[in-house]
Amino acid sequence: MITTHAALELRGLTKRFDRPAVDGLDLTVRAGEFYALLGANGAGKTTTLRMVAGLLRPDAGSVSILGIDALGDPVAAKQIMAWVSDEPMIYDKLTPLEYLEFVAGLWGCDTDVAERRSHELLASLGLGPHLHERCEGFSKGMRQKVALAGALVHEPQLIILDEPLTGLDAVSARHVKGLLQNRVRSGCTVIMTTHILEVAERMADRIGVIAAGRLIAEGTLAELRQQNGQADTSLEDMFVALVDSAPVAA
Amino acid sequence: MTSSASVTWFAGHEVRLAWREMLGMLTAGRRWRPRSVSLLLIVFVIFLHLPAYAVVGRFADVQTPLDQSTAIVITASIFLAWALVLSQAIESVTRVFYARADLDLIMSSPAPLTNLFSVRIAAIALTVTLMAMLLATPFVNVLVIGGGARWFSAYAVVIAMGLSASACAIAITVGLFQLCGPAKTRLVAQIISAVTGAGFVIALQVAAILSYGTLSRFAVLTSDAAAAFAPDADSVVWWPARAMLGDIAALVPLLAAGLILLGIAMAIFSPRFSNYVASAAPSAQARRKKVARPFRTGSRRKALRRKEFVLLWRDPWLVSQTLMQLLYLLPPALMLWRSFGEGAGAFIVLAPVIVMAAGQLAGGLAWLTISGEDAADLVTTAPLPGNTIITAKVEVVLVIIAVVFTPMVAGLALVSLRLAAVTALATVVAAASATAIQLWFRVQARRSQFRRRQTSSRIATFAEAFSSIGWAATAALALVLPIASVIAGAITAGLMALTWKISPVRT
Repeated sequence: MITTHAALELRGLTKRFDRPAVDGLDLTVRAGEFYALLGANGAGKTTTLRMVAGLLRPDAGSVSILGIDALGDPVAAKQIMAWVSDEPMIYDKLTPLEYLEFVAGLWGCDTDVAERRSHELLASLGLGPHLHERCEGFSKGMRQKVALAGALVHEPQLIILDEPLTGLDAVSARHVKGLLQNRVRSGCTVIMTTHILEVAERMADRIGVIAAGRLIAEGTLAELRQQNGQADTSLEDMFVALVDSAPVAA
Repeated sequence: MTSSASVTWFAGHEVRLAWREMLGMLTAGRRWRPRSVSLLLIVFVIFLHLPAYAVVGRFADVQTPLDQSTAIVITASIFLAWALVLSQAIESVTRVFYARADLDLIMSSPAPLTNLFSVRIAAIALTVTLMAMLLATPFVNVLVIGGGARWFSAYAVVIAMGLSASACAIAITVGLFQLCGPAKTRLVAQIISAVTGAGFVIALQVAAILSYGTLSRFAVLTSDAAAAFAPDADSVVWWPARAMLGDIAALVPLLAAGLILLGIAMAIFSPRFSNYVASAAPSAQARRKKVARPFRTGSRRKALRRKEFVLLWRDPWLVSQTLMQLLYLLPPALMLWRSFGEGAGAFIVLAPVIVMAAGQLAGGLAWLTISGEDAADLVTTAPLPGNTIITAKVEVVLVIIAVVFTPMVAGLALVSLRLAAVTALATVVAAASATAIQLWFRVQARRSQFRRRQTSSRIATFAEAFSSIGWAATAALALVLPIASVIAGAITAGLMALTWKISPVRT
């Protein structure tokens, strides 16, 4: 899909709890890009993404999703977006297929298309043999895969994932990464937070580093190395150096 | 650590957990000082002495030897209390089997499991007994104040009841595991728990309706028929009643029997407890294969409604929380059927019962659908306005209320259209009020927290109870004294307005 709008545009985004969690954040993610948002624990990554997904109301600032003002018209913004948290949001008493049926219903998908997609997605994530089993006995990895399938069933244009690989085994993680890369290749935008820096290094087109609710570095891996003046350093070393030198939240 | 030391240490751990659990339930997780909680609890128990006086005050002067009629009433009351304690104990034991909490940690530890599970069984018995003691305190105190210190032995009877009920509950639950398997035990245990708790009262009421055309269970207990079936005065059946009145010769064997029963339960079931717990784990249960049904989406609201109906239908704890409320509707329904054609006067008592039950059931369902949303993030990030989500959830509650109560109202309509109209209107208002309160005080919670929903907001709990009582009273008064019903309705509406004003939604 060709679009003139950025997939995500944040301007002066601010959220304060007992201290500023997100502090006047400006961020632009281009359409069709795989963007990794990195940061130490409590840096403001999840709060930022929860505001984008419409789960938290910002104190100030604007959120634009593919040209749609997400604060002014949240329903239109949500229609083209999917959110996957690190804690799988599924119902124990539903089967994976029933869960996807519910999600497709919420997003107003065509029944036949949704059914076909559901079967394809669950099969591709290795859940084919468990289509009609209730999720209550599933492992965390299986639950995470069901949640991910739910996020993809309505063909979103922007997928926001908060630590999606937590709890997944190596094979499942590879499945998920492959699935996400396929989506990016087909024009979808993926924004992901992760603590697994190797994943960001290998998969992301661009990487943003956030500390104390502010973006302290951004660019491709090569650009980040250039900014740090260390051509052969690893992302992990750069990340540690950036976070250590970042200002502490007030 | 030696075996006895590990038991002592684990018992201390259990007591600490039980204390914090109780504090959590009383304070709804907020930071209260234990002293303030204790003070509040004491005030509450003192307040309970008033209704206790109304119920048992007239029995305070009873002397031994007991006349047969009094002995039957006291024995039946003790059995009723024991059935309620047993009901609570069955639920507690079932929860221990199915709650994962610290069981994985305990079972993976090198400590002797038989000893640890003996302590846990003892902890269940202790908790059940303490709860029974707490509830019995106002009644026993009223009897002590009115009839002398001999009534203090009633506390010992309550202890014997708690111990024996816990032992029986463990045996029943384990028996269900053997009979039904871990997948079905939870549901069956809940049904047995609800039927046990309500069954005895309902059976007495049913007998009273069938024999004397009244809902009063005392009509059966004080009847000649009951006296004719009663055993001799020296029968062991009267020991609990005699023990309650201070007869040491009856009290000592009763306490000993309770202790022995619990000891036997610990000796038999502690060594196997870990097997039951392991088989109750979700991954150990055979995964339910469901027959594939057509994939349906429909409108967004329809998708939400369908999901809520499916989850309510499959909710593992809903049965125990609502079955007892619905069981209490059986006697009025039977009365309706039996007295059909005798005029509307006899049925007026049904209106408040139905209205009250509708309010309580609606409150529970509304909490599950509105607050108990396990995938709150998913629903919030869905492309539909917030009020559509709430509307769909409220619709589900009202549809279920309509399905449950319409047959009752239709039955009333055959007797009196006015009675049916008043009951229907009050049922709708009571259900809507309870739903509104849950809406105003909604919190994000897991469905599994349903049992403890009352702890999240004391105001919501009391408002829900008072609104159900208020609308039930309004309905009853509308049928007998319409002017008074206007006042009762205005008071209840005022209470609702006050609840809304202090609710988090408003503030």
